[in-house]
Amino acid sequence: MEISIRNVRKTFAAFPALAGVDLDIASGELIALLGPSGSGKTTLLRALAGLEPIDAGQIKFGANDATHLSVQERRVGFVFQHYALFKHMTVEDNIGFGLSVRKGPDKPDKAAIRQRAQELLELVQLSGLGKRYPAQLSGGQKQRVALARALAIEPRVLLLDEPFGALDAKVRKDLRRWLRELHDKTGVTTVFVTHDQEEALELADRVVVMNRGRIEQVGTTAEVYEQPATPFVFDFLGSVNRFRGEVQGGKLKINGLSLNTDSPLSGAVEIYVRPHDLRIVEDSSPGLDARVLSVQRTGPFVRAGAKLAHDGTRVDIELSHLDPLTAALVPGAQLRLLPAIYGLFPPEGGAPLKTLPDVVANAVPEQRGDRARA
Amino acid sequence: MSQPRDHSLQDPPALPPEFGTGPLVRKNSAITEPAWVRWLLIGSALGFLSLFLLLPLASVFTEALRDGWGTYVSALREPDAYSAVKLTLLAAAIAVPLNLVFGVAAAWCIAKFEFRGKQLLISLIDLPFSVSPVVAGLVYVLIFGAHGWAGGWLAEHDIKIIFAVPGIALATIFVTFPFIARELIPLMQEQGTDDEQAALTLGAGGFRTFWRVTLPNIKWGLLYGVLLCNARAFGEFGAVSVVSGHIRGQTNTLPLHIEILYNEYAFAAAFAVASLLAALALVTLALKTFLEWRYADQLAAARRH
Repeated sequence: MEISIRNVRKTFAAFPALAGVDLDIASGELIALLGPSGSGKTTLLRALAGLEPIDAGQIKFGANDATHLSVQERRVGFVFQHYALFKHMTVEDNIGFGLSVRKGPDKPDKAAIRQRAQELLELVQLSGLGKRYPAQLSGGQKQRVALARALAIEPRVLLLDEPFGALDAKVRKDLRRWLRELHDKTGVTTVFVTHDQEEALELADRVVVMNRGRIEQVGTTAEVYEQPATPFVFDFLGSVNRFRGEVQGGKLKINGLSLNTDSPLSGAVEIYVRPHDLRIVEDSSPGLDARVLSVQRTGPFVRAGAKLAHDGTRVDIELSHLDPLTAALVPGAQLRLLPAIYGLFPPEGGAPLKTLPDVVANAVPEQRGDRARA
Repeated sequence: MSQPRDHSLQDPPALPPEFGTGPLVRKNSAITEPAWVRWLLIGSALGFLSLFLLLPLASVFTEALRDGWGTYVSALREPDAYSAVKLTLLAAAIAVPLNLVFGVAAAWCIAKFEFRGKQLLISLIDLPFSVSPVVAGLVYVLIFGAHGWAGGWLAEHDIKIIFAVPGIALATIFVTFPFIARELIPLMQEQGTDDEQAALTLGAGGFRTFWRVTLPNIKWGLLYGVLLCNARAFGEFGAVSVVSGHIRGQTNTLPLHIEILYNEYAFAAAFAVASLLAALALVTLALKTFLEWRYADQLAAARRH
């Protein structure tokens, strides 16, 4: 079922949780709402479920206006971070709850409910645990029961609120992969909330990056990572180095370095570069001089902190440990750096961004880097 | 479909051999006191408990039986005593169910909703704890008594509240109001609203959600609150004393009856009736202990997410 969200607003005691959100979700899509806490992602999810009344705007499920429908009428499956399983009921009764509270001719008989619960237990790979109580299950199992319970009512949309937030890292990864497979199998339109960028990028078809009650960017996982539309997205998805430069007549100038650019900006700009896109080049090539301050090995990466010679900005550099250039990374060493892939934004406090900045292309991993102080 | 790894169903790994299986040996002598200090502390605590709690309780029963079983039984079979028992049970039977409804409603309101004046409501619920029961009784006399605000109107319509059963029931309700609400508020606050919201998204209406989700979640706490409320309803003296009028055989509850007997120097009879009240308290205590044990278990299970 496709969902359309139009100019949805919600304010909590003068705090705008949703400040005019527009979003279209296609039928069968798996969407991640990603953002830091307080960004409004959970409020948006709860508004979709009808658990949070909205102040203004419209929510449509397919062609039907759902804005004023009650929670029950919306028929959405909702999965809570802490599972919210009914502790006094067996797993089977938990899954059958949604069917057992139906009224009139819609209400299946007991055998049918049991049958459906068995099917769903099989779907979430927990056959044989139907007679257990939630307290007898592990966290991952509980979350799968919660999912089965939500699916039992044949929801129009499946909504998950930080579904893996309460689980440990290993179970979380397995469950993530498993949820993706389950989604491909059932094809239910699914929206999930997360603050974990890795989770969003790995699981979702499209990612909605939110900040302060607004949508910063909507795009496929590749789009939001490779072409961040705003400094916030750039910073939130992976780490970033920032330093100042100037655009003049199609040229980006940083100290003595001059690079071609088709950026529509002109004048002072801020350059955003991910640590692994700051390449070490030959001393004879054009680039920025820097001095290595510290070197650290983290898993498969070698990370170095360095200081730009011309303005003292701190930057991070990241290399694969197999890269022969890691030999150059010793504290005190002089390097020449070239931003290979970067984004240009107006400097902080400057004019608001009107056009999409140009970002060339990008690659993979990330780390949390120091913010450069210009 | 790949099988998600499930760590919960595997047996825990065997303990390495150095852990052994021998009896546990107390090795932490560094953090315990010497024996004589321990015995002194335990002994003084026990002594205090027996002096102030066990001894009075035992004396109630010995005093009651001082003149033998005959006197004891006849004191209980006396018509006034019988009617006092009946009235006490009646007052509790009115007050407890009403406070059950009010208490659950108030706790539900406070724990599950945000609204203006919530703190005020919480303070109001605590009012009966902080106000002296005598004052509470006097307030009722002031409102419903012959010279009270509503006194004239009530007399015209021939409705008796003060010096009658309704007044006693009202006073009991007032005094026992906080017990159930106070018991439920922290429990319901801790449980949050996720379960209820889950039930709503699954299509359950408000009433079904309450009946099938909320109530089972609070049942042990609720029973515990009812027991406390009931114990207090049986034993309430001050507020009831003011509104009852002490009419023998009509408006005397058990505690009032005991006081009258005592003032008339009928010590054996007074203690006999008191032993009945004490026995009721002991039963309540036993039930409460049992429930606490059950309820702790449930709470632990609820926390084991």
